[in-house]
Amino acid sequence: MPKVFYVQPDGTERVIDGVAGDSVMSTAVRNGVAGIVGQCGGSLSCATCHVYLAAEDQQHFDAPSEDEDDMLDCTASDREDSSRLSCQLILSEGVDLHVTIPDEQA
Amino acid sequence: MTGHGEGADGLPRSVVVVGASHAAVQLADRLRLGGYTEPLTLIGDETHPPYHRPPLSKAWLKGESTPDQLVLRAAEHYSDNEIEMLLGTTVQRVERDGDGVALHLQRSDGFVETRTFDRLVLATGARARRSDIPGSDHPDVLVLRELDHAQRLADRVAAGPVVVIGGGFVGLEVAATLRGLDVAVTVVEAGRQLMGRAVGPGTAEFLLAAHREMGVDVILDAKPVEIALDGDRVRAVRLDDGREIAAATVLVGIGAEPRTELAEQLGLACDRGIVVDERCATSDGHILAIGDCTVQETGGAARVRLESVDNACTQADTAAATLLGREVPARPVPWFWSDQGSWKIQIAGRIDGHTEVVVRTDPSKPRRRVTLYFEDDQLLAAECVNAPADFVALRSALARGYRPSRELFADETVPLKKLLSAVRSA
Repeated sequence: MPKVFYVQPDGTERVIDGVAGDSVMSTAVRNGVAGIVGQCGGSLSCATCHVYLAAEDQQHFDAPSEDEDDMLDCTASDREDSSRLSCQLILSEGVDLHVTIPDEQA
Repeated sequence: MTGHGEGADGLPRSVVVVGASHAAVQLADRLRLGGYTEPLTLIGDETHPPYHRPPLSKAWLKGESTPDQLVLRAAEHYSDNEIEMLLGTTVQRVERDGDGVALHLQRSDGFVETRTFDRLVLATGARARRSDIPGSDHPDVLVLRELDHAQRLADRVAAGPVVVIGGGFVGLEVAATLRGLDVAVTVVEAGRQLMGRAVGPGTAEFLLAAHREMGVDVILDAKPVEIALDGDRVRAVRLDDGREIAAATVLVGIGAEPRTELAEQLGLACDRGIVVDERCATSDGHILAIGDCTVQETGGAARVRLESVDNACTQADTAAATLLGREVPARPVPWFWSDQGSWKIQIAGRIDGHTEVVVRTDPSKPRRRVTLYFEDDQLLAAECVNAPADFVALRSALARGYRPSRELFADETVPLKKLLSAVRSA
């Protein structure tokens, strides 16, 4: 079962056992992880699931699509090189992920 | 003073939410995150655990999402947070009981009980409006609001052509999804434009072309008068001009009616919805209401009914603050989205009262169109088609109270996110 490590802006961490095929966003929302809103349910409509993806985990994902890339320029908290919309980060078997949640989403 | 049966700390001794969908679940989470530790109960009449409704007309209908992916929260989330879930449970009657309320409950297995609670929040939602033309009571004349409705629709996909009555979000989302499954679809809309309650005429015209390109047969200005049957089967939808549109299944998507019965039993003010103020308090000042069942006082003359996930979440946040005795958060700009096939529509703000319209298009991206609405030269609202980044920039600007003038948008070659970057660095 892939694990996702969610680190809050204050440093507290929650680890959730995820399911391959689910996204980092839906795994968080379903388990009530604070700070990931995901209002649109993952249809790339709301940009309220911004996270910073740990450097060592970035190899597991393709670069953001054009829409995601554009939307990341407009998120409430500042974009960094590690910024992703977590609805686009899909869990795979055997791959644990580490994300940090920004201060603000909406 | 500990009025209204509150505990010594001023907090409610118990909270019950009638309703168990987006607004109710968000409220429960907000209360627990806010440190509320007293009993907290959600009552829902559906037997399914709370789930996302928007995918029902899209990913779920296409068979792309499983029931597990549809749930709002994992089952453990409710038990871990001591949120009591009474599902498959109908509130037959509600009455005041001292400072609190007594609810007469009936479970789907017939079990009946009465429970009392300190504070009541109504999150009863809305029910799909049904058609009253002859033939509408046929079992293959469907609506779409709940998971069970979506299942019935999915079961009919292979049965033959579908006629959708009503060209609103739900009807058009279903039409586009069905075209993706190669089902013949006709949308019959009574108005002169699609999505008349949701978008302006320019955006509607643009999306009309999109639907026709997808192969949806759209008939505007058409009034269905009968569902024609052939023996025990649906055969066609007959229009007032005599035309018959062949149908094996009819989906009625003509809006929703707020469920106000319990509010009415309690004598709360209703006006096509339960009337609430900026704290989400109903007319008695004590019982709260949130989500699709409400209409909101806006300070202006007209009351507003917002039917959206965004509004459900916003009002849940507000109600949580009210119950916890905290300052009510500022009301963000409302937003809406609709995915129709590969066409993404996002709306920020409300266009009522606009005096000017500016349309931004990009010849290199013909599927993209952004419509900006201004009131006295201040940005009021925006409709974005296939322009999610523009949408996020615009919503973020509006939410921060930034109301740029028309002039800012004059140069169409400069991307919106650049034009609006001022507000981000402000």
